[in-house]
Amino acid sequence: MQRHVIAIAGVELELFEAGEGPPILFLHGANGFAPEHPYVAPLAARHRLIAPSHPGFGKSSLPDWIDTPDDIAYIHLELLDRLGLHQVDVIGCSLGGWIACELATKVPELVRRMVLVGPVGVKTGPVDRLDIPDIFAQPQDKLNALLFHDPARMRMDPSRLTDEQLAISVRNRETLALLTWEPYMHNPKLPHRLHRIAAPALFVRGESDGLVSAPYIESYARLLPNARVATIAVAGHAPQLEQTDEFARMALAFLEAGDVR
Amino acid sequence: MKAWHFSENAYPYLPPADEYESIRVSLPNRIYDPEKGAALYDRFLDEWLIAEDEGMEIMLNEHHQTATCVDPAAPLVLAALARLTSKSRLLILGNPIANRRQPVRVAEEMAMIDVLSRGRLEAGFVRGVPYEVLPANSNPVRMNERQWEALDLIVKAWTTHDGPFSHEGRFFHYRAVNIWPRPYQQPHPPIWISTTSPSGALRVGAHGYVQATFLTGFDGTRAIYDAYRRGWREAGRGADVPVHRLAYAALVYAAPNEADARAGAEKLLWYITSNKVPPHIANPPGYVPVGASVAMMRGAEHPLSAFRKAATVDGAIEAGIMFAGTPDQVYRQMKRLYDHVGGFGHLLIMGQAGFLEHDETVLGIRTFAREVYPRIKEEFPDAAVSGVA
Repeated sequence: MQRHVIAIAGVELELFEAGEGPPILFLHGANGFAPEHPYVAPLAARHRLIAPSHPGFGKSSLPDWIDTPDDIAYIHLELLDRLGLHQVDVIGCSLGGWIACELATKVPELVRRMVLVGPVGVKTGPVDRLDIPDIFAQPQDKLNALLFHDPARMRMDPSRLTDEQLAISVRNRETLALLTWEPYMHNPKLPHRLHRIAAPALFVRGESDGLVSAPYIESYARLLPNARVATIAVAGHAPQLEQTDEFARMALAFLEAGDVR
Repeated sequence: MKAWHFSENAYPYLPPADEYESIRVSLPNRIYDPEKGAALYDRFLDEWLIAEDEGMEIMLNEHHQTATCVDPAAPLVLAALARLTSKSRLLILGNPIANRRQPVRVAEEMAMIDVLSRGRLEAGFVRGVPYEVLPANSNPVRMNERQWEALDLIVKAWTTHDGPFSHEGRFFHYRAVNIWPRPYQQPHPPIWISTTSPSGALRVGAHGYVQATFLTGFDGTRAIYDAYRRGWREAGRGADVPVHRLAYAALVYAAPNEADARAGAEKLLWYITSNKVPPHIANPPGYVPVGASVAMMRGAEHPLSAFRKAATVDGAIEAGIMFAGTPDQVYRQMKRLYDHVGGFGHLLIMGQAGFLEHDETVLGIRTFAREVYPRIKEEFPDAAVSGVA
């Protein structure tokens, strides 16, 4: 896997690339992208995987004008221009799914097919209840129970991480708060823009996801003209980590369906 | 030296601490009895008036969704005090301007109180402790930037007298700012800022505002004051930093005999022992620098919670966060800290907490005011220059 740093609109953007074939833009979720994540190998086996760290995540810089996922979508649009890519498949996880939707509403023809894994970004429920439980007001063990099917296996152990890894993880969470604090985990405008996304979209939900509920993801998918929902068993909010094989099989089958490139 | 009677307006009638998750943010308000609350407000106002009668100044603060400080709109209490008092300076420390969406409204409130009190306002501003971000729904990231933009805008609103000006900043937007009334004091009321970190103090020093710090003990306070003095000098304000630019808040209880003093001091510890707050409320993302959070994940204490280790009277005195005893003992404890940190001109006295009853609180105020205050006013004059020899 190659790592580059590209200057875009004042952002020093960290970019990982691996594999060859039809390009997939991979937009990571709140925990950031890491080359050692298990889904990298299966996705890069037949595709060119393009995985930027969003501004403020990983080692990407964060200029002071950026404070919404919408801002980040513009950075990634520019990235695709720089790479000379006029059409890509997109996989977006959680926050990355939100950014993928923002991006696709701006330049719909840029996205060929799209896989959104536990995406956030819209509000579909009542005024008096958070659609997404408040991740910033939960004890870590309760949050882990919402995030993972098997929290005991998945939880982060600080003692096994270097100071640099821990610092990245803390900074990722800080940027997450900056981007999603208010309105909490959604852009009120986005539901009124999603109709522009003509690309076929697969919404993927881990069956045990305690953050993105089944009714939420169903409502979200209905806002796109050409989307459906699939479920992965024995997985929570990050099926790409908890059920990597099934996630990769499902995502690639969808992206490659009817592929004549 | 000026001494300020500070009361947090705590509501102490709580169930056992193991029956709730947090004394802040999530504690249900069904626990709050408005009858008892009304009596407490009466009582705390009376205690401020007694402090005024004894020649002390008055300080209050603001917190939200907490039993530790039932004063979620401090300017309201300040307005009452402006009419109830006639001599004391009135310090609000402070307005949580990183969490208030309308800085111009804050400028108006402060100007109004300054006029109501005929120029007795001391206007303090704080970033707000981490527990405040959930009640305010305030983004914990970039709070410092918001605080400083708000403060600069407030000062401009106070000092612009020729009609509306506009402000199109990073966080706040106004097309026509033109406050009525303007402040009574010219060019504006004295400005205070609280901080618990040297990096914050550097900037406060550069502006020359009064720097207050709370329960930071010997070395913590000295580091903050050193940074303030450096910021002051680097900004070209001169070599000498007057002590009246520096303030220290401590738990203080004086009584004529050791037994009464000890009993009062034990009750004052409520501030420290009752502050039950879980980590996810105490450390929202972005509140402290990344390095500090990493250290906490490695087991370090939260920078704002270091004082909690001093959960006994002797420990708190040893740490320099409490001065308690007979008048002579209080004087000596305070002098020890004063000398270590290089001097300060304001002692902010946390003189009431939890179950410290009215009579006990008044005994503490009167003993301090009559037996300690004259001595420290004489020994630590306002004109002194701060700095560690």
